[in-house]
Amino acid sequence: MQRLYEVMFIVRPDVVDEDLDKLIAGLEQTVTNGGGTVKSAEKMGRRKLAYLVRKFAEGNYVLFTLTADGSLIAELERRLRVSEPVIKFITVRMDEEEKRLAKVRAIRASRKKLSAMPVAESAEAAPVPPAPAETPTQASA
Amino acid sequence: MADETTTPTPRAEAPAGRASGPGGRGPGGPGGPGGRKFFRRKKVCKFCTEKIDAISYRDVRLLQGFVAERGKIVPRRLTGVCTTHQRRLSRAIKQARNIALLPFAARY
Repeated sequence: MQRLYEVMFIVRPDVVDEDLDKLIAGLEQTVTNGGGTVKSAEKMGRRKLAYLVRKFAEGNYVLFTLTADGSLIAELERRLRVSEPVIKFITVRMDEEEKRLAKVRAIRASRKKLSAMPVAESAEAAPVPPAPAETPTQASA
Repeated sequence: MADETTTPTPRAEAPAGRASGPGGRGPGGPGGPGGRKFFRRKKVCKFCTEKIDAISYRDVRLLQGFVAERGKIVPRRLTGVCTTHQRRLSRAIKQARNIALLPFAARY
């Protein structure tokens, strides 16, 4: 089953830019070969690490957004673990979160339509009980 | 103690609310007989009011406001974040720690 993931990893700071590009291209290749798709591969640049990782105080952050199988993610993680310049990585599953966000946005959009009209009315019509019964029908129409 | 001193940073209004404590009566706490009267401003969840739905581990700026200076997660009772968002927030902070965006324990 294809799912959306974010993979962020840190490459050691003494790696040259070309090597970094090569590494990223290689990882992209593994993803596409395994039947996944890379949506974006972003170099987030050099950042100070919050704590020492393998005695490095800095690191090149790279962020992958990809859709892949669970088994492909396992393979990608294995490669990250094996590849020497990568000092740390994290994989986060995003699809559930995306779903939730879409839902929240949909609810918010429908609410806005609802509130756009009755806000003006509610000032006058608030004390009157039948007023709220009308407003939902207007909004849904 | 360290927590208490750092908490005003996420909620800027907090010190103002506390400063008006001695003078501010109104709908505040029911001051006991002889006890000090506390006016505590009702804290509201930052994520609910500003409609921030996604709390990403990448957003260090945002998360930084909810960790104390030594790197601890600030409790809900001090920041006023609602339960749902505190849960998401703590998860994001832990993920950020894992990828060295936030410290587990800041060096002192």
